Amino acid sequence: MPDILSPLPGTFYHAPDPKAEAFKKPGDAVAAEDTIGLVEVMKTFIEVKAEVEGTFDGYVAGNAEPVQAGDTLAKVR
Amino acid sequence: MAIKVRKAGLSTTIQDMGRPGYFHLGIPEGGAMDRFSMRVANMLVGNDEGAAGLEAVFMGPELEFTKDTWVAATGATMPILLDGEPREGWSAFPVKAGQVLSFGFLKEGARVYLAFAGGIDTPMQLGSRSTYPIGALGGVNGRAIAVGDELPLGTPGKTAARSVDAALLRPKQSPVALRALPGLYWHRITEASQEKFFAEDWTVAPEADRMGYRFRGGAPMEFVPREQPFGAGSDPSNIVDGCYSYGSIQVPGGTEPIVLHRDAVSGGGYFTIGAVISADMDLIGQLQPNTKVRFVKVDMETALAARKDRRARLQKIREALAAG
Repeated sequence: MPDILSPLPGTFYHAPDPKAEAFKKPGDAVAAEDTIGLVEVMKTFIEVKAEVEGTFDGYVAGNAEPVQAGDTLAKVR
Repeated sequence: MAIKVRKAGLSTTIQDMGRPGYFHLGIPEGGAMDRFSMRVANMLVGNDEGAAGLEAVFMGPELEFTKDTWVAATGATMPILLDGEPREGWSAFPVKAGQVLSFGFLKEGARVYLAFAGGIDTPMQLGSRSTYPIGALGGVNGRAIAVGDELPLGTPGKTAARSVDAALLRPKQSPVALRALPGLYWHRITEASQEKFFAEDWTVAPEADRMGYRFRGGAPMEFVPREQPFGAGSDPSNIVDGCYSYGSIQVPGGTEPIVLHRDAVSGGGYFTIGAVISADMDLIGQLQPNTKVRFVKVDMETALAARKDRRARLQKIREALAAG
């Protein structure tokens, strides 16, 4: 099962803004260029691209939780 | 041209030892956040220590070489790959025209420093190639490197396969201790708050950048009551605008300390409780968000001794590499 890893340390968000729905929910199709979340660091939000294809299997890192580079953010099957 | 930028990373900037002498005009010294690592990277590839290299934060860039040269990567630990083959950090290695340098996930530290034989030869502004994006100074047209940029290199010096003995590098600490000298406005907070500041654990906030490193997690500071001075703002953390030194610890509202770093503002209306000593500023450049630090109270004598020790460590590396 390919995991989507955080490219950098920061705070992980599931949605583009606090009122919006998460980028992906379990069962959604995932294309390599799809954004699955945001990592905030240095006052910048960086879009995390899936870089793998398949079916979204859920977030592993919590919303608004700190993450380190290389941490698993979400699973794709 | 000698280096083509294929991926820029998060914020990869050309940096050298900065442009001292203009802070009174509001132009920060700038330069590598972790000067120790930048100097050593330059030594490894046979450059003048003030030569310009790249500072990449949290993520490495992807670079293609258009001529043969030598490269060294120091500072943060992340896998270094040349055409996908691993290379060692804190070592100089040769690259051939057409080869691609890339990086894996960050493992330790925050900023990787890349030196290239001859140094990056972009135009100097106010005596430095360092990038100060807000002031549009240095770098590539005043900005961080971007995909498609081509970076020229200067004339190489003596190159060889050199590496630094790990025993000569800075010892690792956890939590990182940042030594600080209480300053001009130390009296503004109560004795209890003064003690707490040095006793509590502080966590690096995600907002930390080249201008300042913000910390949270400690208790809000209590201020000594005062009559608002003419010209100062109404918040107890306000002062009549004053100058900041780099390393100053500003605490807006008495809640989250911000250590002003290489690209900091030169003055403002918040009080500063003191300053991190010059010897420890490099360490801040290697702090990741959400890591813990302690501030340790020192006096001027200790600060000067620490500065001397830092110089001595660099001198040992310089001698070891020269002996080769």
